[in-house]
Amino acid sequence: MSTAPSEPKSDNPDRRDFCKCTAAAGGGLVLALTLPAFAGPLSSAASGQASGGRVRDNQLNAWLKISSDNSITFIVDRSEMGQGVYTALPMLLAEELEIDLEKITIVAALVGDAYINQLNGGQVTGTSNSVTDAWDKLRTAGAQARMMLIAAAARAWRVDPAECHAKSGVVVNARGKSLTYGELAAAAANLPVPKEVKLKPKADFRLIGTSQPRLDTPGKVDGSAEFGLDVKLPGMLYAALAQSPVLGGKASSVDSAAAQAMPGVCRVLATSSGVLVVADHYWQALQARKALKITWDPGANARLDNAAMQAALKKTAAIGPGQVARKDGDGAAALQGAKHTVDAVYELPLLAHATMEPMNCTADVRTGRCDLYVGTQVQHDAQAAAAAAAGLPPNQVNVVTTLIGGGFGRRLDVDFIPAAVEASKAVGAPVKLIWTREDDMTHDTYRPPAREEMSAGFDASGNLVAWNMHITGPSITARASPETYAKDPFDSVVEYAQNHPYAVPNFALSFSRQEIGIDVGYMRSVSHAPNCFVIESFIDELASAIAKSPLDFRLGLLAAKPRHTRVLRSCAERAGWGHAPPGRFHGVALMEGYTTVLAQVAEISVVGGELKVHKITCVVDCGQMVNPRIIESQIESGIVFGLSAALWGDVTVTAGRVQQTNFNSYRLLRINEMPELEVHLLSSDEPPGGIGEPAVALVAPAICNAIYAATGKRLRSLPIAAHALA
Amino acid sequence: MEAAEGLRELEMTAITVNNQWLQVDASLDTPLLWVLRDHLGLTGTKYGCGMALCGACTVHVDGVAMRSCILPLRAIEGKSITTIEGLSQGRNHPVQRAWIELDVPQCGYCQSGQIMSAAALLRSNTAPTDADIDAAMAGNICRCGTYARIRIAIHRAA
Repeated sequence: MSTAPSEPKSDNPDRRDFCKCTAAAGGGLVLALTLPAFAGPLSSAASGQASGGRVRDNQLNAWLKISSDNSITFIVDRSEMGQGVYTALPMLLAEELEIDLEKITIVAALVGDAYINQLNGGQVTGTSNSVTDAWDKLRTAGAQARMMLIAAAARAWRVDPAECHAKSGVVVNARGKSLTYGELAAAAANLPVPKEVKLKPKADFRLIGTSQPRLDTPGKVDGSAEFGLDVKLPGMLYAALAQSPVLGGKASSVDSAAAQAMPGVCRVLATSSGVLVVADHYWQALQARKALKITWDPGANARLDNAAMQAALKKTAAIGPGQVARKDGDGAAALQGAKHTVDAVYELPLLAHATMEPMNCTADVRTGRCDLYVGTQVQHDAQAAAAAAAGLPPNQVNVVTTLIGGGFGRRLDVDFIPAAVEASKAVGAPVKLIWTREDDMTHDTYRPPAREEMSAGFDASGNLVAWNMHITGPSITARASPETYAKDPFDSVVEYAQNHPYAVPNFALSFSRQEIGIDVGYMRSVSHAPNCFVIESFIDELASAIAKSPLDFRLGLLAAKPRHTRVLRSCAERAGWGHAPPGRFHGVALMEGYTTVLAQVAEISVVGGELKVHKITCVVDCGQMVNPRIIESQIESGIVFGLSAALWGDVTVTAGRVQQTNFNSYRLLRINEMPELEVHLLSSDEPPGGIGEPAVALVAPAICNAIYAATGKRLRSLPIAAHALA
Repeated sequence: MEAAEGLRELEMTAITVNNQWLQVDASLDTPLLWVLRDHLGLTGTKYGCGMALCGACTVHVDGVAMRSCILPLRAIEGKSITTIEGLSQGRNHPVQRAWIELDVPQCGYCQSGQIMSAAALLRSNTAPTDADIDAAMAGNICRCGTYARIRIAIHRAA
């Protein structure tokens, strides 16, 4: 991913916009509708400016603004989609800055080099690494700002800074005199940023490690929280988009006469994404869209279906092992010499993201400027997409990130942005484009299917000596990030397979790329989910082949992995492994992903062919915890997400058209179908590991392993609903 | 005929929303959801499916929880609507307080609907069992999976 172009300097007064904010009471969420363009990377130069009246804003660093009225604004550079970054990231800064969390107001960052995620290489919220990326960075920024405020106070008092300390937004000296951060900020912003910073040891943490209340909760319980779909601008029009029913098709002719005559319709236009209707109100746009008469050229996918995709994967898999991602020892030779071999082929389906908030964005294109209001996980890519659509240089596009009603990786794509920008440019007014649920579900960037071929061999003493894994499927990265793909063709394909913890002297992992004709995308846990399903199911098959318990067999292969051993043992114990109530059965899964190690045990029953998942126990070692309650919520969240996928997740394509259109045809778990969840967090001193995604991947194998225990049936494909269990 | 029909479509419809009597200028087939969001600027009520499958659009109509995405304007003329914005002053409803205490929301998009369904349940049932909660809340999907906390919060608010 290329870096963002540098922002124009703030000394151009024409580029300053007034700040329109809706502040929730009590230091909560503020949505920046327009913000002054930030001047660029961390700088010791003050960029204070008046915001209408006598209150002066002082920007101490890329994330922190302290105003002369003592209000504190945190500019958060990761997108909030429920995973809690709007709370966890401020906690890191507040810890070192020595302010109370309730005093902070949150504003979403614009595009800026300072906001690049060092682990992703771009301004990206994904890969469950926001906290890992921010861990040192934000604490350091908070500490530096604190030191500058203390230095400013020490100067004012003409004392040694060592005689001063900071607490709760105030600097106090040895004689008990105090100055607020608001009083000090202007002077502090003019001081050099300290290079030597000593961060607090864990024992001194005041906030980190505690379950601070989420800063975004109040707005989310009274309807004031603003998602992309809620953006309101003066003179805004609404748009509905007609896309090709066959994925990848194009409109070859459009008769829009009837649509144009309908109430409220301003314009019908052809865009790069399909035919778009602009109207005064969304309902009017939808009605008019129904009146469009469009002839679609279906294109290459006119006869595409799941059978064709599966056949393509099977054919390519048979050609050869593909590209080698990892090779320990000599798997082929070891298999040849093995006393006993086990082979299995696993298949994974397409999945839909199904975020509760469907795709949408609002674009306001004017001469020399485009304001984009969007729930995006990729601010820089959104800027580039809008710039291309508007015919503007990227630095004339402001990306205002809203709250996101479900990301799950769908909002790493920017396919829903250009049409809105084109529409706004055409009509000369802000346009909000909303995809209906049907639009969203039939034009997703689906989680790709996969074919995974496994073979393993035991020696005469029953030791696992060889294990080969061959993954065949499309590459998300080849489409979504060609630069990354060029450097690493295995990106987003071999997760967990690449770093599985089991001791096998000969291990071969390879990947054969085979596209399926439609766009595939990143979906929460990416290839961890398919690979963990396969590895953790296959490990159970191997255990069964030599009549060992799935738990003992794993433990025997984890002798060199104390962290994994601890997590697995803890989970088994808490779940009551080996003591399932009568009629109930246990299945286990283990994974290391996103630098977090976790295990799950599913407790199920199968009665008359009907599966019931009673309970899922999960033990997590995610290193140091910032906010335990948020972590627990994310693990619960990942489990529920994984459960829907495991039980029912399946996207069927017939003649190039996705058949799932709404929640009646794409089933999601509801409250009455919930198993009991028990989540335990193990503390450690490792840096924080990712928590948004890992829990998703273990659910399917844990349940399927339990189904095997219950019925003797081995499921080598998902969803579970596609199998008869009786 | 056409002109008369056109004029009829321009007739204002009177509804009461959050104790405010309003005249709405929208076609009579416009679902209440879009009247609230686009005409009245009350965006707390969300669009999730348009088919009453997900519950994100739940409001109270004369005190009863209903899915506003399938309620046309013509069906609610003269009725009293309560949206999430009007449920309380200052987030003071017991359901909202419990939701805050337990940090129930994650992405939050479904939560207006969850809260409105829960509030309606507790108005008619002050001590719901888990089965009562299942029945009342099964129509509200949460993709983030906050169900365990929703259940605890409803018990706490009861």
